[in-house]
Amino acid sequence: MPSLTLLGQSLLSGIFIGALYGLLGLGLSLTWGLLRQINLAHFALAFLGAYLTYQLASAGWDPIATLALVLPCFFAFGAMTHWLFARFSVSPFNSLLVSFGLTVIVESIIQGIWTADSRRLDSAYAAIRYKIGALYVPFPELLTLVLAVALCMGVWAGLRYTELGRAMRAVAEDAPIAAAFGVNERALSLLLSGLSAAFAGVAGLCLALSFTLAPSQIYSWIGVVFAAVMIGGLGNPVGPLIAGIAIGASEAITMALTAPTWAPLVSFSLLIAVLLARAKKI
Amino acid sequence: MRVSATGWIAVAGIALAVVPFLRPPAFYESFLYLVFYWIVLATSWNILSGYSGYFSFGHGAFFGAGLYTTATLAGALDVPFLWTLPAAAAVAALLGLGVGAVVFRVGRLRGELFALITLAVTFIAANVVLNTRIDGGQGVNLGGVPLPKLMSSPSSTFYILALGLAIAAVWIARAIHDAKLGRGLFAIHDDEDVAEVMGVPTFRYKMAALGVSCALAGVAGGIHAMFISYVTVGETFSILVPLTVVLMSVFGGTRHWLGPAIGAAAITGLVYAFTAGDYAIAGRAAVGVVLIAVILFMPDGILGRFASPKKRSGARASTAYPAPPPRRAQQAGTLLEVEGLSKSFKGLQALDAVDLEVERGEILGLVGPNGSGKSTLINLVSGHYRSDSGSMSFEGRDLALLEAHRIARSGIARTYQIPRPFAHLSVLENVALPAMFGRDNLDRAGAEHEARHWLEFTGLAGRAEDVPDALNLHQRKFLELARALASRPKLLLLDEVLSGLTPSEIDGTIRTIRAIRDQGATIVFVEHVMRAVMELTDRIVVLNNGRVIAEGSPAEVMRRPEVVGAYLGKAHA
Repeated sequence: MPSLTLLGQSLLSGIFIGALYGLLGLGLSLTWGLLRQINLAHFALAFLGAYLTYQLASAGWDPIATLALVLPCFFAFGAMTHWLFARFSVSPFNSLLVSFGLTVIVESIIQGIWTADSRRLDSAYAAIRYKIGALYVPFPELLTLVLAVALCMGVWAGLRYTELGRAMRAVAEDAPIAAAFGVNERALSLLLSGLSAAFAGVAGLCLALSFTLAPSQIYSWIGVVFAAVMIGGLGNPVGPLIAGIAIGASEAITMALTAPTWAPLVSFSLLIAVLLARAKKI
Repeated sequence: MRVSATGWIAVAGIALAVVPFLRPPAFYESFLYLVFYWIVLATSWNILSGYSGYFSFGHGAFFGAGLYTTATLAGALDVPFLWTLPAAAAVAALLGLGVGAVVFRVGRLRGELFALITLAVTFIAANVVLNTRIDGGQGVNLGGVPLPKLMSSPSSTFYILALGLAIAAVWIARAIHDAKLGRGLFAIHDDEDVAEVMGVPTFRYKMAALGVSCALAGVAGGIHAMFISYVTVGETFSILVPLTVVLMSVFGGTRHWLGPAIGAAAITGLVYAFTAGDYAIAGRAAVGVVLIAVILFMPDGILGRFASPKKRSGARASTAYPAPPPRRAQQAGTLLEVEGLSKSFKGLQALDAVDLEVERGEILGLVGPNGSGKSTLINLVSGHYRSDSGSMSFEGRDLALLEAHRIARSGIARTYQIPRPFAHLSVLENVALPAMFGRDNLDRAGAEHEARHWLEFTGLAGRAEDVPDALNLHQRKFLELARALASRPKLLLLDEVLSGLTPSEIDGTIRTIRAIRDQGATIVFVEHVMRAVMELTDRIVVLNNGRVIAEGSPAEVMRRPEVVGAYLGKAHA
């Protein structure tokens, strides 16, 4: 049995990585739930963002300041993807395949520019750590948690309390009817798609600050983030964050108590249990 | 055409089997091995997922189960390689059936949910293999396992093994496609509830398709273990396996038995052509571009246009089909006896202790205001819902315990108030399905012949090859009727066949129902159009708030004050 401090420390790191699951899940959940597009390219985009941050930071930029360049570009890319899906009225399942094609393209671009070797961003932020009681809180991970909570809550409040958010939910419910009531369905969908892609850019920053980057890593996040989105609820901005943190925490505890390699078993057993329980209710 | 398909598969198999004797460079054999290997995986995936619409992302797990079975048996336990292949099939099939037994039993686990559950199973299987002695994290090296000398060189041996398996997979996919199993799976794809009510044993069919699919993937895994000779968890259970397989099938066309094979060959060739040279990375990107273009411009796949009925309108000259033979003379007596039947939906009592008898040969009208429980009664008798309490006895058999497809087979058919045709099947196939799965259990040709009778009878003979979407409401209502009749039911439940029709269409439909009655069918007729009820029924039962409030001859019952009150409201003095 590991010491209480060790357990606390791993629980904390589990929560931080869970926040990243939630942050990656946010954009995925929004386009999936509200636009019926399963956008696999979200992961590739997040990694592209991470690499851009890495590149600009290596050229002397402050890593956080790179968002000023990355976010507008990604917004445009997201809107463009949606335009493509809408133009060809791609079915939800085919959207998965098209976005897989996009993933392969982005992966090739990353590999072409930065090679298949792993890259690690050296920034001043990585060294900053806060000490709370017996536990250490690294700045990059704290930043991830803060950004994830802020964005998820922000989107939640936006969907719930603003005119735009209400219109968005009406579009998700029934796009033709919403359009008949004067909602500009196309503009809203483009906006949402763009925002989701921008969120991938934010997740990319967090990836770059805390993780070693390699093109093949794109695929290793898909399973667990899908799990967080499914458990948290499609189209729900806060659910995936809560589910992500729960998964991250339970994985971390499993790692601390058994071997690190057993961690995925927890999240996927959890996913199956939740899906079965939910399907039974319907 | 149908016979020659088997012939073509055999010819292709023999022609390709000659290749190793021409002594091509080993490289070509290995490339073709990969083509066959992907053909097996894609075709096996399609047998469940393409046909029935249950898109599985678990193919990596089933393939991996076979791969590690061979790796363990041949690598650690010194079992001869070829003997491990049946075991690989069995282990993969058992894993699949285990998953299916849970997942197919639970509610409506379709679409993305099914895809994700199967994906999660893949990760769990990977984790178990990684952390136990099966792999242990280091991978399994099969370099020392002797390869049987089936052919002159190892590459020829793998070539022949994979070719044999690919031919078998394509042949099985075609056989299932044309058999009853395939028809049932396509019906499940479009509307599983309706398929079950029309007699398709949906659970058993899904399990059968899953079992075959997994067994084929398992053998492919077993052979591939030897081919790569060093197996690791990361490569085996990667998400890229199911994604590639899905992509190949969609690329080729999931509704055609040959689609996945075409897609597999095309994509394997494409990947090779683009990534073999000096520009591998740019080639990968090009593959991505091609995939996107194909999905956008051919969403139904390369063979999509050959697999679905044409969306054509306009009548065609129809050959005359003899009138349906008269039914067996019905003896007098009670056909259906309902006692104390109750059903509630989240506290709303839809049916409350209903007693009802249907006599052989009669038309029983079931009337009552909206929400009085008429449709619920039909849904219970046809097995669409389960009752809370009470008994339903049909020719002495208790229906409450029977699954819906068994109820259909015992001779009960129904129509849906809002027509629910199988959208991707032609009108003819729609009507043939219940004939195939109904009481008489006809084969496909017999069922289509039977279906043509009923299309003629309902005036749809000219639309036999159309998709249901091309029909108007009136014709779709008649399609419902033809489907119900095609199973030759002893008891026909008609749920508002007249709603939404124009007065002249109603007249035509009344004539048709009268013709059905003249053949001696027993009919329960739920209807709001009182003119039709008065003209057609021998007896009516009036429901209100889930209770029977009156019963008797139509003319007499409709004058009773409590019936008038239920319809028009009570006069307050």
